[in-house]
Amino acid sequence: MSSAIVLEGVRKQYEDFALHDIDLALPAGQVMGLVGVNGAGKSTLLRLLMGLVRADGGKVEVLGQRLPQAQVAVKRDIGYASDDMRLYSGQTLRWHMDFIRRIYPGWDEAYAQDLLKRFDLRPQQLLGGFSHGQRVKALLLLIFARHPRLLLLDEPTTGLDPVARGEVLDALADVLRDEQRSILFSSHNTADIEQIADSITFLHDGRVVASRDKESFLDHWRRILCRGEWTNAIRQLPGVASVRNSAPLLELKTGAFDASTLPALQALGLAVESVEPMSLEDIFVTTVRGSTHA
Amino acid sequence: MDSQLLLSPHSSTPMYAQIVEQVVAKVMAGAWRAGDVLPSIRELAGNSRVSVITVKRAYLELERAGVIVTRQGKGSFVADTLDATRALAAEEFQAQLEGLLDAARKRGLSRQDLMDRIGQALSRQEETAPPPLDEPDRRTPK
Repeated sequence: MSSAIVLEGVRKQYEDFALHDIDLALPAGQVMGLVGVNGAGKSTLLRLLMGLVRADGGKVEVLGQRLPQAQVAVKRDIGYASDDMRLYSGQTLRWHMDFIRRIYPGWDEAYAQDLLKRFDLRPQQLLGGFSHGQRVKALLLLIFARHPRLLLLDEPTTGLDPVARGEVLDALADVLRDEQRSILFSSHNTADIEQIADSITFLHDGRVVASRDKESFLDHWRRILCRGEWTNAIRQLPGVASVRNSAPLLELKTGAFDASTLPALQALGLAVESVEPMSLEDIFVTTVRGSTHA
Repeated sequence: MDSQLLLSPHSSTPMYAQIVEQVVAKVMAGAWRAGDVLPSIRELAGNSRVSVITVKRAYLELERAGVIVTRQGKGSFVADTLDATRALAAEEFQAQLEGLLDAARKRGLSRQDLMDRIGQALSRQEETAPPPLDEPDRRTPK
């Protein structure tokens, strides 16, 4: 299987922030969600992949080509969207569409027209008069209509109202149908990621704290309520990331739930009251807290 | 074949399990028949706005349960053995029906009483029940 993205031991040092030894792989045709708090390094990572930032060390490969050497060739096939990209406020959306169309031969005017309708945008309106949500949708339209093989989207749904968010997610779902196209997107909204991502990467303090396919991720995390006495041995159980005690109840969260988990708890004299799956948001917060306390 | 499922990310049932349930329901209702081609994984993922890996997992479970079969390079099909499952459902219905008749005899209900009660129960259900599934023979031909 070919890879959309391969990062090996990638480092980048800034005065007050650093990316440490980033290893990451995104096979072609997959969607990866990047989750992290502000300042975790999500934007830096995306900018690195776009060739806007140069790594201090390690290997950066995008669409089978090494960066920064192949930067110019690769950029044609990448669609990058972030909040710091500006459109010309004195020009119409149509002007922007024609501009992109002249540069990118892959421009799909029929799909652009379809997106105009679905995003409820007026092509003859000046960008200066667009709301924040409309500007975001306009930017995404300009990218999506090029059918780039790799989409790098930095917080594509942040600041959008629920209706606009739904429209953007629908457009991302269009990309899923093509097995040659890949998406890496960061979001504060873990629900968006949970829905359409195949794999999930947690970034914290410039490090990858977890990266695996979504189904096994969700499968292995459980919140377990037990009745019984607290012992130190509970913390030593595999995967236990958090234990809270509210006698006579104990709550534990584990990232290594399997057939042996409940028998192990019973062997410690605990009666299991309930076992619940966890949301991605809960898993993220638990993972991040666990990694900072360790 | 209608390839949009009605999935909710907020349900307590995981997404892949919702897909499994709804495909089984379609097959049981006869909307998808033995030998029918299932939508491709990517098509179903795109139409239902759910990740590819989730649909993949659901298809694997459906395969394991014998509801579908996957042929390399040809896609997935509704399995023939489902006739067996539907025969089981018919059998269960017959057993319940006989149990009902038995209970009616014990209570000494006349034939007319029994018919009336069934009619009442049906109309009560129709008032509250969701709209019925599409009839299998009304589906659009491929």
